[in-house]
Amino acid sequence: MLRFILSRLLQAIPVLLVVITATFLLVRCAPGGPFSAEKAVPPEVVRALEAQYRLDQPIWQQYLSYLGDLARGEFGPSFRYPGRTVNELIAGGLPITAELAFYAMLVAILIGVCAGVIAALRPNTPQDYLPMSAAMLGICMPSFLMGPLLVLVFGIWLEWLPVSGWGELAGDKILPAITLGTGYAAYIARLSRGGMLEVMSQDYIRTARAKGLPERVVVLKHALRGGLIPVVAFLGPAFAGLLSGSFVVETIFQIPGLGRFYVQAAFNRDYTMILGTTVFFATLIVLFNLLADIIAVWINPKMRHQLSRSR
Amino acid sequence: MTLLSVENLAVHFHTRAGQMRAVDGISFSVDHGEILAIVGESGSGKSVACYSLLNLIPQPPGKIESGTALFEGRDLLSMQPDTLRRIRGNEIGIIFQDPMTSLNPYLTVGEQLIEPLLYHRNLNRQQALKRAVTMLDEVGIADPETRIHSYPHEFSGGMRQRVMIAMAMIAEPKLLICDEPTTALDVTIQAQILSLIKALQKRRNIAVIFISHDLAVVAGLADRVAVMKEGRIVETGPVNDIFQNPHSDYTRTLLASIPSGSKPNLPQFCEQPLLVLDRLTTCFPNNSGGWLSRQKADKKAVNEVSLTIQRGEILGLVGESGSGKSTLGRSILQLVPVTRGSVIFDGIDLVGLRQKRMTPLRRRMQMIFQDPYASLNPRMTVFDCLAEPLLYHGLATRRTVTAQVLALMDDVGLARAAIRKYPHEFSGGQRQRIAIGRAIATKPELIIADEPVSALDVTIQAQILALILALVEKHNLTMLFISHDLSVVRYIADRIAVMHRGELVEMAGTETLFANPGHDYSRKLLSAIPALSTNPARSTRPPTELA
Amino acid sequence: MENPHSATLTQEQGSSLWRDGWIRLCKNHLALFGLAVIAFFCVIALLTPWIAPYGYEQQDLQLGASPPSAAHWLGTDIFGRDMLTRIMYGSRVSLLVGFVATGVALVIGVLWGTVAGYAGGRVDAVMMRLVDILYALPFMIFIVLLMVVFGRNILLLFLAIGAVEWLTMARIVRGQVQNLRHQEFIEAAFSMGLSRWIIIRRHLIPNTLGPVIVYTTLTIPNVMLLEAFLSFLGLGIQPPQSSWGLLISHGVESMEEYPWLLVFPGLALSITLFALNFLGDGLRDALDPRASKD
Repeated sequence: MLRFILSRLLQAIPVLLVVITATFLLVRCAPGGPFSAEKAVPPEVVRALEAQYRLDQPIWQQYLSYLGDLARGEFGPSFRYPGRTVNELIAGGLPITAELAFYAMLVAILIGVCAGVIAALRPNTPQDYLPMSAAMLGICMPSFLMGPLLVLVFGIWLEWLPVSGWGELAGDKILPAITLGTGYAAYIARLSRGGMLEVMSQDYIRTARAKGLPERVVVLKHALRGGLIPVVAFLGPAFAGLLSGSFVVETIFQIPGLGRFYVQAAFNRDYTMILGTTVFFATLIVLFNLLADIIAVWINPKMRHQLSRSR
Repeated sequence: MTLLSVENLAVHFHTRAGQMRAVDGISFSVDHGEILAIVGESGSGKSVACYSLLNLIPQPPGKIESGTALFEGRDLLSMQPDTLRRIRGNEIGIIFQDPMTSLNPYLTVGEQLIEPLLYHRNLNRQQALKRAVTMLDEVGIADPETRIHSYPHEFSGGMRQRVMIAMAMIAEPKLLICDEPTTALDVTIQAQILSLIKALQKRRNIAVIFISHDLAVVAGLADRVAVMKEGRIVETGPVNDIFQNPHSDYTRTLLASIPSGSKPNLPQFCEQPLLVLDRLTTCFPNNSGGWLSRQKADKKAVNEVSLTIQRGEILGLVGESGSGKSTLGRSILQLVPVTRGSVIFDGIDLVGLRQKRMTPLRRRMQMIFQDPYASLNPRMTVFDCLAEPLLYHGLATRRTVTAQVLALMDDVGLARAAIRKYPHEFSGGQRQRIAIGRAIATKPELIIADEPVSALDVTIQAQILALILALVEKHNLTMLFISHDLSVVRYIADRIAVMHRGELVEMAGTETLFANPGHDYSRKLLSAIPALSTNPARSTRPPTELA
Repeated sequence: MENPHSATLTQEQGSSLWRDGWIRLCKNHLALFGLAVIAFFCVIALLTPWIAPYGYEQQDLQLGASPPSAAHWLGTDIFGRDMLTRIMYGSRVSLLVGFVATGVALVIGVLWGTVAGYAGGRVDAVMMRLVDILYALPFMIFIVLLMVVFGRNILLLFLAIGAVEWLTMARIVRGQVQNLRHQEFIEAAFSMGLSRWIIIRRHLIPNTLGPVIVYTTLTIPNVMLLEAFLSFLGLGIQPPQSSWGLLISHGVESMEEYPWLLVFPGLALSITLFALNFLGDGLRDALDPRASKD
């Protein structure tokens, strides 16, 4: 198992290198330097700035020194907020985004798995159609539509919940978490329904019933593990999706998280910020994919067995 | 004394295509300590009947329409689901056909074994595990204390079936239902499992319902036999009566369909053999490990096999699963890369032959596959399927091809009107006829038949075997007939080759081998064949209905 | 047995899997409804310049934002522009992105998957490893980056979205091809001596088509969502061009006062996504060989 984790970690390194290199080159290829934008700046100021940000060096040297910075955990200074480093910006936004993503994931898994399992127990009955229609609605109602509509209904018309901010007013975390989580809850519901249906038709479920086990035990002990494998496989991509979803949700609800910084940085052409955040996001996503892989292996004894045999 | 008495049971399936009477009003009973065998072909309703007793059929589409099933005076069919649940696995145990899929892959064997005790006997885990270890020991699993913590995939097929038996028996039921418990197993394993079931039945003095398609298996095991066909019981009686004086026509047909005897006359062999294998070896790369693990030695699926096949001969190739017999067949046709050795077909070594030179030779050697569902392209009609080799090899022109395809269909006994139909519209036997038609379309000299009748019911099997024999004679074919079923091979082959773990252990004339097997493994194989101990009055040949 | 020389015999017409699939699809009313909706929207989008009730840029500043009325069925925006007209023009871009980017994904994915699945062995391992690596990349972020760096160019958008979506397509096709390669009928075709190209054309491709069609139908809504997502953030389509995502984004800004500016483009997008998903699910049920057993 440890060997598996190590080997997957090793494989993650080239992926990250590709991400860093591609991002770096893309950003450097961008037409127009970061300071050529608005007003005319005296050339000596530009030169001084370029020296400060090491833009006067040849590109390979910039690349190498950036890699060196990264290895030390330094994402460099921000172009737009002089005096602040990308590290500080990330450190400020990360806890908020992480909390948002955590709640959203919780919403997604709890609602999704329950709905999917309930639907799969009685396929092609109202007990199946109802949650699955809701799931279809969730998939076809993207977060940038769902969010404003929720705000409109619960925030503005009914005035039940605050419509913006994070941690300032009571209940202001509810709408963002639901907005971000619903779409994934819908996907997870469909996945777990499919997985459970597949498993419930397996021979070993018939065996469990033949042993006279109560239906509760058949479902929870014998079927759930196999049925949730597609959901586990989806967790990695879901996490990546949550991160990009946070762009929208944080913008709608004016939450000072990483996603909003990123979108603002994109508009402001704050290249070091884009570069830094992209690398940071990529690392997170790679790590989460790894985590999802490990869980997938851990719940499947056959895969565990193959791993221990290949040692 | 009667333990279970089933009266007028009817189970129907309601599907989009309409209503299907899977079980159509059957009655039978089982006494204490008796083995009742229910015999029938696929679709006869024998499994559905037993599953519906325990409420194990999917409902819908299944529905129990009528009937009573008194188990010690209580009606299984009308009782509350929860009451029935307490009988399942407790007073009635059940063993399923496929041990590979019937155990939960995510739980340890021990965890699954103790469940009946936990939920029916209210034992705690410690007590239950102790009992489970004893039970595993009883069904012949070595080192039960360790093995109880293993997962199902760590057991072989036969061992898994032993675990299944242990699980069905652990709560000491009064009735054990066995649904084709040995069909998925090799013949030597089958013999072991059968004797285990018999021994357990004797020791515990329980009643057994044994469902099977295989009359020979039943003959050595059952006290009474019920024969089912199309949802009805056509005949019931003590085992000897059924085999010696069958009353119904269907039972007689079944008995006659069991391949028996061997080819009477050996064909005259001419000078040059058609096929010579010389130390043929085929390896599969062993890449089960990740890229971090060291490269392990390749697995030798076929190891140094040398043999010759004469023109006009049918050589039977027998062996158990994993013995390499299929790989040998594919290696001859160069469908898998050969590692070493040579395959000399009519004087030409096929190994390493360039594709350009191989293509014309492929016309002269063809293959028939086991699974008639997988061996036909689902999107091609019978016509497309049979016309393709004719047109490709230039044996027909656009103008003559229809007539040639029709002639082929006549040859293999397919109705001409079906020429525009697709494979999924045919039954298994008819599909196999299409596959055979495709194989003989190019007028080949050599045919490799890889378990061509293993997926078929016994009456269909008899028809296809008869067809193969007729075609071999008519077109003077040479055939390598691969099978795990020794009685089929005995019936069809002139000589038999026995394979074990990739090696050829014995090769002899059919009757010589059966009378006097030379190798230990051949002897083991032969003794494992379930035989009709009694010698009923029946023809030595199955009915030769061609169409 | 019939006379072998009777050339004119009545033949039973077989029903192919395609026809069976079509019949099954016709029984699925939701899927048919989806198909009808998509067809309707496509026709509308194609004919927009001729049938739109107002000009795309036609303003009526005096009118301002007005709720739905007889003259303006779906109301007007703050510049007094007719919403129905704007949604119709927006559908052109949204649907175009959906179909073209899916087309890009389809071409790359099918080629990649077929080659990897058919070649097998080391080629397959390398090709699929690459797909795995690309899967691990945060593509959404890359698209945002591309849009920032190279400007908001619709052509680039097609390519960028197509470049993300082909990965899953490649995996599906490769899995299918690999599965088929080990089917006995492919082996039978090979043992008949048929050339590789004939095997691919006659035996392989027709049997991979079903899943590819299904997945294509399900990719289109994903792509449309992605475009709307980017446009919403202001990183996709740029005015004066319009798309549903962009209209939604504008609608959000003034949703408190003029909710119809948000609701109608939102409805248009949601209905299209619904229809495509229903159609895709229906096609999957109709063409999935496992479903055809009953």
